[in-house]
Amino acid sequence: MYSNMKITINGNIREFSYESMTADELVIELKLTGKRFAIERNGEIMPKGLFKQFIINDGDYLEIVGAVGGG
Amino acid sequence: MADKFEMNKDELIIAGRPFQSRLLVGTGKYRDFKETRSAIDKSGSQIVTVAIRRTNIGQNENEQSLIDFLPTKEFTYLPNTAGCYSADDAIRTLHLARELLDGHNLVKLEVLGDPKTLYPNVVETLKAAAVLIKDGFDVMVYTSDDPIIAKQLEDLGCCAIMPLASLIGSGMGILNPWNLEIIIDTLSVPVIVDAGVGTASDAAIAMELGCDGVLMNTAIANAQNPIMMAGAMKKAIEAGREAFLAGRMPKKLYSASPSSPLSGLIN
Repeated sequence: MYSNMKITINGNIREFSYESMTADELVIELKLTGKRFAIERNGEIMPKGLFKQFIINDGDYLEIVGAVGGG
Repeated sequence: MADKFEMNKDELIIAGRPFQSRLLVGTGKYRDFKETRSAIDKSGSQIVTVAIRRTNIGQNENEQSLIDFLPTKEFTYLPNTAGCYSADDAIRTLHLARELLDGHNLVKLEVLGDPKTLYPNVVETLKAAAVLIKDGFDVMVYTSDDPIIAKQLEDLGCCAIMPLASLIGSGMGILNPWNLEIIIDTLSVPVIVDAGVGTASDAAIAMELGCDGVLMNTAIANAQNPIMMAGAMKKAIEAGREAFLAGRMPKKLYSASPSSPLSGLIN
């Protein structure tokens, strides 16, 4: 009984065939494995150490950031 | 004093971290990551600033990133809050940066006040600095060249005060050496000129004034030959520092004191 979940990632709505997913699963879905990034969910930072436990739900609002060139 | 001084021990200490280079560089505006790396190598810099931005989702998995070219083991990262116009945005950005960089807490706080001039908003900067220090960050702070604000930022616990020489990206050089001198005289923490340096002599002047370091990006990245300019900046920083430590001769309009002996002139 899968219903799609919609989450907002960096301002864009993305759909996934999950009811909910862990942060770890999301990282795999987004092909971010091995990259340096940080995730904020609904305004709160998700510590990397807790990605396995952290559940992302339908309607969540995520910001995923990395380091880029800057002065 | 100066004669007992060993140049090789002249370290810049920021929040207990020793650095041999007094040139700090940004990583923006280069043609590509390869040029970024070459210029930074040539500059001898150990501290590099980076911006925190949304990651491209769904990009090529093998696409290289800045960190691939500037490994965090080789350089001290200084994540900045460029583009933030409020204390809240800056605080949020640096919390993300600390998570991104596995707990690294040395950061550059800048809160801008106007997109046209990029002049700092010191009221928001003071607010953000207080919160970030309470949250355990070592805060290097970009500010105006106002000596009172600089002192207030030091009193809050900022580990380095970084006044502008002139506006970000302007290359106008040091517009108010007198204010910088007051800031240097007044503060105990390192004073690092940040923004406005255009060419090597600007960097040398900052160091001759007694600044502890200079942070620059555009002066190198937008030079016709960035890698050559990076080398010029390294030398300028070193020359300016040595000249400061050596102690310059006093300025006189004229001295009637020629450098050659007055005796033994041929008739």
